[in-house]
Amino acid sequence: MLRYITSRLLIAVAMVLLATLVIFLIANMVPGDPVLTQLGDIAANNPAMVAAYRHKWGLDLPLWDRYGIFLTGLLHGDLGISISSQRPVLEDIAQYAPATVELSTVAFVLALLAGLPLGVVAAMRRDSWIDHLARAVSLIGVSSPTFWLAFIMLAVFYGWLGWAPGPGQIGADQFPPPVVTGFMLIDAPLAGQWDTFWDAVRHLILPSIVLAASTLGLITRTTRAAMLESLAQDYIRVARAKGLLRRVIMMRHALPNALLPVVTLGGLAYAQLLTGTVLTETIFSWPGLGRYTFQSAVILDFPAIMGVTLMVAIVYVVVNLLVDLSYAMLDPRVMHK
Amino acid sequence: MSGVQLAILAAEAAAGPAARRRRWLRRYGLAAAGAVVILLWALAALLAPWITRYSPNVVNVAGRLATPSTAHWLGTDELGRDVFTRVIYGARTSLAVGFAVVLIGGAFGTLLGAVAAYARGFAEEALMRATDLMFCFPPIILAMAIAAALGIGTRNTVIAMLVVWWPKFARLARSLVIGQRSLEYVAAARTVGFGPVHILLRQIVPNAVGPLVVLVTLDLGNAILVFAGLSFLGLGVIPPTPEWGSMVSEGRELVSQWWVATFPGLAILTVVMGFNFVGDGLRDWLDPHARRR
Repeated sequence: MLRYITSRLLIAVAMVLLATLVIFLIANMVPGDPVLTQLGDIAANNPAMVAAYRHKWGLDLPLWDRYGIFLTGLLHGDLGISISSQRPVLEDIAQYAPATVELSTVAFVLALLAGLPLGVVAAMRRDSWIDHLARAVSLIGVSSPTFWLAFIMLAVFYGWLGWAPGPGQIGADQFPPPVVTGFMLIDAPLAGQWDTFWDAVRHLILPSIVLAASTLGLITRTTRAAMLESLAQDYIRVARAKGLLRRVIMMRHALPNALLPVVTLGGLAYAQLLTGTVLTETIFSWPGLGRYTFQSAVILDFPAIMGVTLMVAIVYVVVNLLVDLSYAMLDPRVMHK
Repeated sequence: MSGVQLAILAAEAAAGPAARRRRWLRRYGLAAAGAVVILLWALAALLAPWITRYSPNVVNVAGRLATPSTAHWLGTDELGRDVFTRVIYGARTSLAVGFAVVLIGGAFGTLLGAVAAYARGFAEEALMRATDLMFCFPPIILAMAIAAALGIGTRNTVIAMLVVWWPKFARLARSLVIGQRSLEYVAAARTVGFGPVHILLRQIVPNAVGPLVVLVTLDLGNAILVFAGLSFLGLGVIPPTPEWGSMVSEGRELVSQWWVATFPGLAILTVVMGFNFVGDGLRDWLDPHARRR
């Protein structure tokens, strides 16, 4: 077990290191010139100002020196300074990450709560109307463009029916609670602001449903397929021959064995949610990392883009590591391969 | 022959096939519907100038934001352009980009994966670690960074998408070739004296092509979705090119003029669902194991 964990950890560290190199190369090899985007037209025409600007941000050093500086900085937790906000990128990320984590976690829980039972029931009653419904729901979920779904939801439930609040994390009439954890749903009750808490909950409904749509489809399909696979095994036939209740066979024999692929997919889907919020956050004016990434990309704020992409890569590697480890726990055969 | 006789003949002929047709419909009905939808969109893209009498980019400020009517089936947008016309022309961009990304990215990834699996040793290890590395980056964020860096425009966005597109094909192709290379017919081909290139391209690839075709089909929808998303963010086509993602973006503030953003979105939804239906059906058809279940 220990050897398995160590080897997985070493691979993960190597991946992160390589990821830094890839990000660095992309940011530096591309033809777009951040200097010209950042400086106004007048300043961009003045060679002295351009040179001074380049020098200030270290853009005049050779490539490998800059990578060395970048790596040394990373080891000290320094992701550089955002060109647009003029603040350390790590501070920006720390400020925006909680909103994203909050939104994706709620969306993920929604997708699991709906997708798991739907997948199980679809497999149990194959070819029934509920199976067809599950298939339709998952295909529509996977096929609908997030940004369009967000528009429709806002137009119908906010613009037309007025049931849901508009974009944003809390309404304009609410005071944000003092930042303790950065999570609105935790900070508001801590400060005793229950009005703000309920307002935040209502603001979460639409974006989390939009975000959950495609994940719901994935989870339903995987659960159904895994359940069918598991139901076709001999041990199910044995359980049936023993005369066990159908409910017991499903819940105690089939489902636990069907959960393996769902765990793998669930981990990856969660990582995807954390990073797939760019479109949803942009439309719902959600003050999270997704919107920050988009805003940085548009103005070529490379320190910020590099910082976010690196964070995201680290999240992916860590989630993959956790999936591998939980897999080893759920299925001991994995380690002996 | 009278109508009654014909009806009896038809009923007789249909007795057996009717049940078979029902079964076929249940199994492949969705896939067939998906294929029809895709075909219709392809036709719309090809015949766009003959389908509509408007031009996609002609501005008519006097007739802006007109509600859907007989003159403008899907209304007009903020600049008075006919939404129906722009949706039809938009199919050209979306389909072309989808096919370009998936076919080029897929061919590159497949070749890399197949060669890696066949070569084994260090080359395989290096290639597969490279694909693992690419999987660390979520496609849309990396594509966004690259698209932003290269500059806005359809061609640059396609390049950005290609950079992130090939790894899944490399991974699938490798696992397929590994599954095939230990089979007896490969050993037989080797014994007969065929070279590695011939074995890979003429023997292994045709036998392993099924799952790749499924992935290509499902992925076409996916590529169209990602491109529309990038366009929605302003990182895709240059205005005023008619494109579905950027049309939704232009109409997103116009909640009471819902038609401006709704119809291009429906276009994306139908075309992507079409590819997903066909891909789903192909998977059932190619995998007898799944079919039996």
